[in-house]
Amino acid sequence: MWSTGPVSGVDDVDGAAIVARGLKKRFGSVLALDGVDLEVPRGTVLGLLGPNGAGKTTAVKILTTLLLPDEGEARVAGFDVVRQQEELRAAIGLAGQYAAVDEHLTGRENIDLVGRLYHLPRDEIRRRTGELLERFDLVGAADRPVKTYSGGMRRRLDLGASLVGRPQVLFLDEPTTGLDIRSRLDLWEVIRQLVAEGTTLLLTTQYLEEADVLADRIAVIDRGKVIAEGTADELKSHVGGEVVEVAVRDRSRVREAAAAVVEVAAGAATQTQIDEAEGRVAVTVRGDASVVVDVVRRLDREGIELADLSVHKPTLDDVFLALTGRVAEPTAGQAA
Amino acid sequence: MTTPALAAADAMAITRRNLIKYLRVPNLIVFSTVQPVMFVLLFAYVFGGAIKGALPPRVHYIDFLMPGIVVQTVVFGSTQTGVGLAEDMTKGIIDRFRSLPMARSAVLAGRTISDTVRNLAVVVLMVLVGTLIGFRIHTGVLPALVALGVALGFGFAMSWISATIGLVLRDVETAQSASFVWIFPLVFASSVFVPLRTMPGWLQSFARANPITNVANAIRALTLGGATTRPLLYALAWLSAILVTFAPLATRQYRKVA
Ligand SMILES: Nc1ncnc2c1ncn2[C@@H]1O[C@H](COP(=O)(O)OP(=O)(O)OP(=O)(O)O)[C@@H](O)[C@H]1O
Ligand SMILES: [Mg+2]
Repeated sequence: MWSTGPVSGVDDVDGAAIVARGLKKRFGSVLALDGVDLEVPRGTVLGLLGPNGAGKTTAVKILTTLLLPDEGEARVAGFDVVRQQEELRAAIGLAGQYAAVDEHLTGRENIDLVGRLYHLPRDEIRRRTGELLERFDLVGAADRPVKTYSGGMRRRLDLGASLVGRPQVLFLDEPTTGLDIRSRLDLWEVIRQLVAEGTTLLLTTQYLEEADVLADRIAVIDRGKVIAEGTADELKSHVGGEVVEVAVRDRSRVREAAAAVVEVAAGAATQTQIDEAEGRVAVTVRGDASVVVDVVRRLDREGIELADLSVHKPTLDDVFLALTGRVAEPTAGQAA
Repeated sequence: MTTPALAAADAMAITRRNLIKYLRVPNLIVFSTVQPVMFVLLFAYVFGGAIKGALPPRVHYIDFLMPGIVVQTVVFGSTQTGVGLAEDMTKGIIDRFRSLPMARSAVLAGRTISDTVRNLAVVVLMVLVGTLIGFRIHTGVLPALVALGVALGFGFAMSWISATIGLVLRDVETAQSASFVWIFPLVFASSVFVPLRTMPGWLQSFARANPITNVANAIRALTLGGATTRPLLYALAWLSAILVTFAPLATRQYRKVA
């Protein structure tokens, strides 16, 4: 086939393993994707974070050629998702939202099958299968039919199968949903190793903590749109800046203290929370935390004694709430 | 592009995967054999006496019946193609396959081929049982093998109809019950169990054109003896007509939905 010529918008990004521009996808009356732009540099991890029905799976399916976009374009590993599907598939690995393993085959046969379908040489398939079974702690169960596996084992096998072809770009759609905390932590560890070896990863999740732990950059998706993108720190500061928290010794003076802090922060204070029983004040300020010095001076001048003082960034939960107006799913630690 | 050799290797990999299921769940083969065996016994002993009078002289009912039951068996067996595809689709396995650099044709080819292999196993088992109760081939090894080939080829062609339906419905139970809606009338309004001349005229015209009748007739000619050219041509015409219609339809539907 002749060169298709430069594709406007997606060709000009050097070193990006995944580039998407203006992806739209409609299912009947549902606009599942409403103009999604993504960019994932080689060797990095993008966390696609969003609630149920946000469009995460639809985005993954388009990027892995399972669905065609209605509008927009995308390249993965340099290949166009519409025009170079075959080359693209040879460069990627996918573990979908539901473990796509065959119940009646053994773990070993499942990985072997995927290896054959990647057209790998027979002896390489055998070697890879052994390695992956080992890595995912499935050696003992390798020759049992998968229907005897637990949910966590199936997930691990599914992830193992997606790695047989040593993909340059890996897509994991909610890899830890439904796992208990232990299995989740184990899987995080394996994913971290993969990334350390240079695999580019696009990971979808509903868990803020997961995105925070695994991803270099996070794209928050809601109702088919990317509503925020950046590192976890950028997102946090974009939304809330810093939270300055003070505790006063004399609880009766807590309101006085709150007024003083807000006054010192001047226009930068965006949100104030007062806990009278505890004698605590939390003020969210835009920008950096330099205001803290002024806060300390001011309280000292007014003779308000401090019991405690801290500055911290808002959590991703705060970010999600601020962006979507809804509380996020329970974080990984609380689920299970 | 995947070369034909790679495409064949992919189809074989999928075929193997499907057949492993039948080996691990042997009940699937056992029960798909029990049903036609019950038909053989039921018709041979319960209706055999009544039907006998309508048969050509010196033809045993069991010899008339077995070719029909073989066709019925491969047709029923072919309904599993749609069921299997619907199952793979609901379990997300087809999504995994489609994300791999394998030949697009392999999932459908592998499924229809493995169902043909399964049909072969069931037909062989059935013919053995038939032999125990008196079924005999009156021609020779070669015609008998051609008959087997026609039966399996017809099952293969019917698998593509079933695949189309399974891919349209995309639900295991619905695919299962939907197949009986069209399979039952086709099987019973045919020469599978009784000679056509016992039927009322309007039904005879339908049954005469019915592909199942034509395939059963070809197999009878090849196992009972008599002129084979015409029935064989009719059977092969139906077989190819079904294949050239439904293989592209199923393929198109697969690309659309899977
Ligand atoms: N095949 C389909 N037919 C109709 N609607 C669909 C289809 N696939 C997705 N949708 C709809 O598109 C929207 C986005 O779905 P998608 O599966 O991409 O969300 P998601 O972010 O992956 O959600 P979840 O966290 O629940 O997996 C939803 O409203 C969903 O109902
Ligand atoms: Mg999803």
